Amino acid sequence: MFPDKATVESLEDAAHMAEVQGRSLWGDARERFFRNRAAVVSLVILICIAAFGFFGEFVAQWERDFVDFSLMGANATQGVPSFETGHYFGTDASGRDLFARVVQGTRISLMVGIVGAMVAVIVGTLYGATAGYFGGRIDGIMMRTVDVLMSIPFMFVLILMLVIFGRSLFMLFLGIGLISWLDMARIARGQTLTIKNKEFVEVAFATGVHPLKIILRHIVPNLLGIVIVYATLLVPSMIIFESFISFLGLGVQEPNTSLGALISEGNKNIGNGTPWQLAFPLGFFVVTIFAFFFVGDGLRDALDPKDR
Amino acid sequence: MTAYIIRRLAVAVPTLLILVILSFILMYAAPGGPFNSERPLPPQVLANLEAKYGLDQPFWKRIATYVWSVTTQFDFGPSFKFKDRSVNDIIAQGFPVTLTYGFWSFIVAVVVGVSLGAAAAIRQNSWLDYLAVGISVGAQVLPNFVLGPILIIVFTLWLGILPGGGWNGGQWQYLVMPVIALSTSYMASIARITRSSMLEVLNTNFIRTARAKGLSPARVIWKHALKPTMLPVISYLGPAFVGMITGSVVVDLIFSTGGIGQFFVNSAFSRDYSVIMGITILVGSLTILFNLVVDILYAWIDPKIRY
Repeated sequence: MFPDKATVESLEDAAHMAEVQGRSLWGDARERFFRNRAAVVSLVILICIAAFGFFGEFVAQWERDFVDFSLMGANATQGVPSFETGHYFGTDASGRDLFARVVQGTRISLMVGIVGAMVAVIVGTLYGATAGYFGGRIDGIMMRTVDVLMSIPFMFVLILMLVIFGRSLFMLFLGIGLISWLDMARIARGQTLTIKNKEFVEVAFATGVHPLKIILRHIVPNLLGIVIVYATLLVPSMIIFESFISFLGLGVQEPNTSLGALISEGNKNIGNGTPWQLAFPLGFFVVTIFAFFFVGDGLRDALDPKDR
Repeated sequence: MTAYIIRRLAVAVPTLLILVILSFILMYAAPGGPFNSERPLPPQVLANLEAKYGLDQPFWKRIATYVWSVTTQFDFGPSFKFKDRSVNDIIAQGFPVTLTYGFWSFIVAVVVGVSLGAAAAIRQNSWLDYLAVGISVGAQVLPNFVLGPILIIVFTLWLGILPGGGWNGGQWQYLVMPVIALSTSYMASIARITRSSMLEVLNTNFIRTARAKGLSPARVIWKHALKPTMLPVISYLGPAFVGMITGSVVVDLIFSTGGIGQFFVNSAFSRDYSVIMGITILVGSLTILFNLVVDILYAWIDPKIRY
């Protein structure tokens, strides 16, 4: 994300030359993004959280599935977060180290969010671009299908699927992927409708380029800006979605965990005098979502041509 | 207008059929029967049971019977786990509860959201505006399953002024926290949408004209600005409704209110397929119906829409 040394140097060189230099769309966007302080701070926080999720295990003093039987039932008094015992975030009701669990929960929640957003980007963009490019009856049928799918309360269908085919991480990814692409398809189609009337598409068409190649080569790259913005805003809603299902106990299964599952567990133990069981996962959850929203907003301001 | 309603109905009905058929196929594809248990039943008993529930019929016949009884008689069949209750009994018990707090949540979200957003737009850049924007940003990261536990900690454990759960026939004390938990994030979204929409409307030429001819500010807002402001809000009501109906599952779980969400999750754990299907179809048809109403409302309020 940060400009590397070579670009910094070339920028300095350019400044010395005192010549008017062409400005690319992406350069412009990057400059606008880095001027937005909230977005930059959020980006740094996100990088920290991601590092915590993927490398936190090296810092943890305890294995995440090591059950300390001596703490079981006594964690309100002995499982308190402290640096001496190595349980930085305390222990949970089964005497497991909460720090290691939160590390794992953060990682899985981030993965779910990113995979969901990726499915949305790939399927939704291609679907929307195809519908928008061909137009007419194909467009009508394709978008009507999206409308039909959108008016089904998918959370219930997904839970039905999780019950029937068993609860696994794969089913969760599949279910979330099934839902996430719908909005993206609509957005991509709307953008495509304006792009397909531009001259370069006309030229491509006139020189006999295959329609699929036009979509992939000429339309999709021009959709990227808006797609990136919505993908960033989609990640937190996917994380919320997964947490919702895990909160019901239907999502990620033990010994795996996610932030939603940890929040649910903390909620159940709220009367046992272990507030850290709710506070740490909840804190990570809220901060992650907040940061994603701010980064998404920053990207929108930077990339959305409407606000020039 | 009539033609438009008929056209919208022509989409709604197949959607509903797809939902029914989809959930039936999912259930049919499920590995293992509903009567598989740790101790296998004698084959005669199993055969009798399957005959009673119609499970010995071929696939096409079962799906036809199911679709027929659901669509024409609103009969979702017997529950697989509760021997003495049908799915309809379960829905009849839980649905009024869900409907009660769902209705109030919806009212609260719309009324508070619209007033807050409109007030923020009218007094742009005042403390009221900042308050409204602050609330809507804060509520974005507090989905219902996060807000619910926090409410219980504050109002039940610390202040001790509200009961932490239960329903008690729908007394207002039992209604407050579920309604807050369910409505807050949608209230915030509605406030945000109303604010930006109102700001846009207040900058248009016809509002300037209305002001220039000397109408009172209250009249300008109520008579001229409010209606066009509501258009994006109305188109958000459909997704908000879906979100609330989904959120009711969590509210039921956190506050033990006894709505259909609680039955839904319990059936999900005990693999009571017919109850899950019945509730899915019920919720789906409600959503489709609501979207239909929203679309018609939208077409009615916006003169620019071509039917």
